[in-house]
Amino acid sequence: MTAMSTRAKLGVVVASAVLLGTVAAGYAATAAQAPAAPPPAGGEQAVTLAPGPRLLAITDRHVSTVAATDPAGPRTVAGLECLRVYAAAGTGVCLKPETAWSYQVVVLDATLRQTRAVSVPGLPNRARVSASGRMVSWTTFVGGDSYTSSGFSTRTGILDTRTGATVASLEEFAITRDGRGYRSADVNYWGVTFSADDNRFYATMATGGRRYLVRGDLAARTVETLKENVECPSLSPDGTRLAFKEAVDADPAKGWRLSVLDLSSMRVTATAEVRSVDDQAAWLDGGTLAYTLRRDDGQPDVWTVPADGSGAPTLVIPGAESPSPLT
Amino acid sequence: MYLSTVSRPVADEPGSGPRRRRFAMVSGNVVALGTVSLITDVSAEMVAAVLPLYLVLGLHLSPVAFGVLDGVHTGATALLRVVGGFAADRFRRRKVIAGVGYALSAVAKLGLLLAGRSIPAIGAVIAVDRIGKGVRSAPRDALITLSTPPEALGRAFGVHRAMDSVGAFLGPLAAFAVLLVVGQSYDAVFVTSFCIAALAVVVLVLFVREQPSGEAGGETDDPKVSVREAFGLLRVGPARRLVLAAAMLGLATIGDGFVYLLLQRRMDLGLRWFPLLAVGTSLAYLLLAAPLGVLADRIGRLPVVIGGYTALGVTYLLLAGPVDGWPLIVLALTLYGAFYAATDGVLIALAGPVLPARVRTTGIALVQTGQALAYLVSSVLFGLAWQAWGPENAIRVAAVAVAGVLVGTLLLLASPSRLTTWKVPR
Repeated sequence: MTAMSTRAKLGVVVASAVLLGTVAAGYAATAAQAPAAPPPAGGEQAVTLAPGPRLLAITDRHVSTVAATDPAGPRTVAGLECLRVYAAAGTGVCLKPETAWSYQVVVLDATLRQTRAVSVPGLPNRARVSASGRMVSWTTFVGGDSYTSSGFSTRTGILDTRTGATVASLEEFAITRDGRGYRSADVNYWGVTFSADDNRFYATMATGGRRYLVRGDLAARTVETLKENVECPSLSPDGTRLAFKEAVDADPAKGWRLSVLDLSSMRVTATAEVRSVDDQAAWLDGGTLAYTLRRDDGQPDVWTVPADGSGAPTLVIPGAESPSPLT
Repeated sequence: MYLSTVSRPVADEPGSGPRRRRFAMVSGNVVALGTVSLITDVSAEMVAAVLPLYLVLGLHLSPVAFGVLDGVHTGATALLRVVGGFAADRFRRRKVIAGVGYALSAVAKLGLLLAGRSIPAIGAVIAVDRIGKGVRSAPRDALITLSTPPEALGRAFGVHRAMDSVGAFLGPLAAFAVLLVVGQSYDAVFVTSFCIAALAVVVLVLFVREQPSGEAGGETDDPKVSVREAFGLLRVGPARRLVLAAAMLGLATIGDGFVYLLLQRRMDLGLRWFPLLAVGTSLAYLLLAAPLGVLADRIGRLPVVIGGYTALGVTYLLLAGPVDGWPLIVLALTLYGAFYAATDGVLIALAGPVLPARVRTTGIALVQTGQALAYLVSSVLFGLAWQAWGPENAIRVAAVAVAGVLVGTLLLLASPSRLTTWKVPR
């Protein structure tokens, strides 16, 4: 059919391989990013998690702090690389790269010294510390093990820094849904927030295409559903309200509205932030929420908005993400 | 000349080197198709390995959004697979249709660069990639059957699937190497993946032959295959029984995710070792595909397929059963890999000779589609069973279902009068 000899064909294949290899290598050479700028001199010493009027956030994948009174002002950046960070009462949690493929949860003391490390599957998503600094929680995305082989599943774990007890995944907990026992292979959890007793917690549970707010009991290893369409809860300092992201029309594809749930009346108040917020908000004080928003190019900024639905969003830390008060 | 198939006498000759002989015993076209599959799988698995990293860490997309964009393309892919199969038969251009499938998937790699952070665009690119995959598999398998004497089909598919899985194995390593060199640039992985996929298309164009030996179906003065003739397959006894059997067998599979999830729960396995379960299965598949293919040629394909589904049933029972610890993992993954090795290619090897060459691609597409749609149903059913009865009971029910499916398959395919049709001439 074709007049080409095998040798000629092999020649064409080798030539194509060389050509395509050159294209790939050339692209890689231009695409290779310049190594990240080294942190400012003395930065490592300066970042501390000790309670004070500062905000903790991530700048270019590194832990940093700013003054609460001048958040857009001078920034102190540490050499510690984290994708998510949170701190309370001098205890920090950092989701940190271990290799190019894997991440670990690292517990930090006030001087950013690592006190514990837990290797976790998947990609960093959420991190929280209880107000007392004792309980630490994290959520990661895990790809490829979802049983329909589509989309992601999540893993949420909890560590008691006092006893070292670890719950590798909340999926082990017994579920009560709408008052009845429930089980399913497709249960996923994300976004834990702890109450003041370091035993009760709130989180999101997803199953069968619905997302629920659940209240959990660590000692009893149980969770029960409270309300639908509440994701990434964050308990207010006084324990009466939950900031959360509410999927528009209960459809996450339409984005999320940052809202606040009053736990006694179960009434929801939307905040003045109308852009889609995909974050677990942090309470900077009893009335202010901080959260990450991304620009069109994917660059993050930290914004704040009043929790009572009044006012307007304010840009507070440009080019930063994963905000946390240092309380 | 390229049909370097050597028939039985060589197999009976004990002395010479077995490695060389295995490759000498499949046709050049099969080796060419295997090479194309190998290279393409390196490319595909490179992207599969970094896609979650890219979406979550590179683009900062929410995984929920990703789940949405993942969508239900299965139905469309199934339809296109059959349409592609028919077109390949009608125009007698199996190579061209397969090539279009490979090219679509290659272009999709570049599409990822252009899609940026737009979720609909990324969804469309992923859809194109899957359509490419759906379109190419039936014509590729038809070419394998047309380039191989019927008595050596098991071996040919075994070698092809083994080469294919070698590529799947190398892909993540290649992606890792690229990221190691360029840092966090996922774009470079996509461009490299595209270049590798393009090379596979070049190999296909140069080395894969449309009509291996002027055998049936190749004469240009034959009337073209009509829709009526192609789908008339479903009215003919043997072909209809095949499609039915394939769909029934599809019902027996609950899906990798469930199997690994149950294994992980039984073992209380550290969650970060989870991905290694799939690696273990692939390893068993890779090593067993060719030997089981050869075995299928010796003792018949139906027994090997039945053996494969028996291995699947035993895997299910193990997941609910008494064995524990490392023996459970090794045993379960080996059997699960053996299930794939004994069924994936062998089923097509079994189907090929039964389907008339003129409409063989359509027939293979129907078999594969029937299996895929049935699998979708069974994975949903298993999810419901898990909810209703709990994982242990659900997997026991699945094992019982496998037994039922096996009986049904035997009734459909192994009645003595038909056995001659499937049985390999000696």
